[in-house]
Amino acid sequence: MKKVFCRPKSMTDTVFHYCAGCGHSITHRLIAEVIDEMDIRGITIGVPPAGCAVLAYKYFNVDMIEAQHGRGPATATGIKRMLPDRVVFSYQGDGDLAAIGIAESFHAANRGENITVVFINNAVYGMTGGQMAPTSMLGQKTTTSPAGRASLLDGHPIQISEVFTLLPGTAYIERCTVNSPAAILKTKKAIRKAFEYQLDCRGFSLVEILSPCPTNWKMTPIESNRWIDEVMSKKFPLGVLKDLPAGEAKKGGKTP
Amino acid sequence: MMVKTIFAGFGGQGVLMMGFTLAHGAMSAGYHVTFLPAYGAEVRGGTANCTVAVADEEIASPIASKPDHLVVLNTPSLYTFQNRVAAGGYLFINSSIITVDSSRHDVQIVKVPSSEIAEKLGNPRTANTVMMGAFLKKTGLVAPDDYLGSLEEVMGSKKKAIIEINRRAFAAGFEFLEEST
Amino acid sequence: MNKVLMQGNKVIGEAAILAGCRFYAGYPITPQNEIPEYMSERLRQVEGGVFIQSESEIAAIHMVVGASAAGARAMTSSSSPGISLKQEGISSLAACQLPAVIVNMMRGGPGLGNISPAQGDYFQATRGGGHGDYRVIVLGPATAQELADLTMDAFDLADAYRTPVMILADGMMGQMMEPVVFKEPKPRVYPERHMMRGAGTGKHKIIRGLILDPLEMEEHNWTLERKYRVIAQQETRHELYRAEDAELILVAYGTGARIAKGAIKRLREMGIKAGLFRPITLWPFPTAELRELAKRNKDFMVFELSTGQVVEDVRLALQGYARIGFHGRPGGVVPTPAELANVIIRQYDPKQGIAEHQ
Repeated sequence: MKKVFCRPKSMTDTVFHYCAGCGHSITHRLIAEVIDEMDIRGITIGVPPAGCAVLAYKYFNVDMIEAQHGRGPATATGIKRMLPDRVVFSYQGDGDLAAIGIAESFHAANRGENITVVFINNAVYGMTGGQMAPTSMLGQKTTTSPAGRASLLDGHPIQISEVFTLLPGTAYIERCTVNSPAAILKTKKAIRKAFEYQLDCRGFSLVEILSPCPTNWKMTPIESNRWIDEVMSKKFPLGVLKDLPAGEAKKGGKTP
Repeated sequence: MMVKTIFAGFGGQGVLMMGFTLAHGAMSAGYHVTFLPAYGAEVRGGTANCTVAVADEEIASPIASKPDHLVVLNTPSLYTFQNRVAAGGYLFINSSIITVDSSRHDVQIVKVPSSEIAEKLGNPRTANTVMMGAFLKKTGLVAPDDYLGSLEEVMGSKKKAIIEINRRAFAAGFEFLEEST
Repeated sequence: MNKVLMQGNKVIGEAAILAGCRFYAGYPITPQNEIPEYMSERLRQVEGGVFIQSESEIAAIHMVVGASAAGARAMTSSSSPGISLKQEGISSLAACQLPAVIVNMMRGGPGLGNISPAQGDYFQATRGGGHGDYRVIVLGPATAQELADLTMDAFDLADAYRTPVMILADGMMGQMMEPVVFKEPKPRVYPERHMMRGAGTGKHKIIRGLILDPLEMEEHNWTLERKYRVIAQQETRHELYRAEDAELILVAYGTGARIAKGAIKRLREMGIKAGLFRPITLWPFPTAELRELAKRNKDFMVFELSTGQVVEDVRLALQGYARIGFHGRPGGVVPTPAELANVIIRQYDPKQGIAEHQ
């Protein structure tokens, strides 16, 4: 009988620690499938973050170097500059990228580092127990915004992808989600495209993924998926935000 | 033997170059040397100074709280540093620019109109080298040949003509004191 | 090689290049700006060289983490406040057992402090500096020649023990020019198996500081500790200066040691037999070697450009076997050898020994 579905070679045989309905496990698998399909397992180096995905090094069957909180793009920069022909991706959450590591992420993008950032935006700090994130929605109740996020006190949800499109060093930015089979397929295509752009030395690529966190949203997985469509994606619209044609890519972040 | 000298003036007068070439010449002559420039906020606002130590033994501190000699190319530097020169030491004054007198009477004051001499030679920027000629004539710290050799090495990449102008400037400063003493 | 007259900061840069350093990331801060400037030019000239002016000291050290993991000889440099920012990454290098060289050209502190030479970061450097249970090899050069030699050695030590190594000097060492002869660097010995360059067809590699299981974490801590013990046994370095017949031993490092040598000369002219014990490795501190001296010397005088940090290591080393005097000048003040000699004359009576520091 022909095998039609199996664990990607770029995944280890390890059970995920993620909660039911969490978007991390889906995204992990998508990345691994793309690595398999592009046959780049041997040249890929991943940089997992601090946060729920801190254990990602256990799941990917590729070289992984764990970064300190927020420093993924800096660590990835060091690797990629020394090994420009490897595929280097940093995997970051909303706290990691949009708060503590905003400087490292912003400047890696601005230098046009030829790396890929997979950005999980779930509007909440998962690992630490559901505190407010820089991408939490206005009015969203979290363990550190018990009355709901208030713009005058807590600022507004940061639209990282939109902001990063302004940086000439970025080549490709797309916002996706993983709340339906169709959305998942789209996300996989986006990840593949980002890796392809990297192989083509086009510069910084960012795939933002609106990702459900039923545990900290205090919702069922189905309610969570619905909330992404009905609430989150209103503030964080899905789609390709930037796609620089090959000729215009800056090929930045490379030492001549 | 341990001789410390402070060179001071406006930025652009070539004060650091004086110190560097002296240190380089002394190194070539086999001495222990240190060269310490003032740095950071201290040098903002247009003044520059450096300290050179030349010794025939290991140099402990490159700082000179009581320099043996002082070379000043502008008036503010005279005010800042004149009280630090060790009694009996040399105080070289660029008399083209500094028209006030030093308040020290226990040091040997050597006035050299180095800017005028340099101008007469056709390149006012060599006032510092004129002063070096006078300085080495008086102090004998480094033989003129060792110094000029270093000057050439340091300026290596620059045009031959500039080296030649500096040689002439050095000779003019050296001879100025020969004439006046 | 020829003798050259070179500024301390540039000496470090050149020594690093000669030692095979091919990655530098840093953020400008006085008094070490000539290091990034020099590296930006030299790394352009050598094959495979990468220079990045990073957005912060934090980013710089984490770029070094990445480059080191990728197998490069990597370096960053800063001065006191910037070194505080780098501590997160230095802790990470120690945890992940990655080699790297970090230069600290100390300035006055705490806080922003000033830009004058000081030695107030001794505790931070020798006690690990960042969070967690680790040490960093710390080298304290006192001449431009040592800046060259110890920078090269730092890369070798970092590789040999897979650990971060810090060059701890100060603004004066960084700004001063002295004659230097660069030695031949040793060929690099660093096995490929420690480098992360993609799994190829083999097993994937993991570099991490996160170890959630307490027992596993404990074992990792002990692994590091065993390594540090080997370093402490094998890598201590010190210099003795006029100590053979000395009755009073000064203890000082770096710029402080230079001033101490000047003071010793003056003291001897006045008939006081003084000598110097100069730690070159600040961690590991040459404890046993100093204690050995206490078998015949009963009077020690610690001098540092801080309010009393080295003196604690001296106390730990001497364990009450000798009297310890102290003189410190923090804040960017560099006292003269004459001042130090005067202080010692007031504190030291050859018959009664040194007045003990409380």
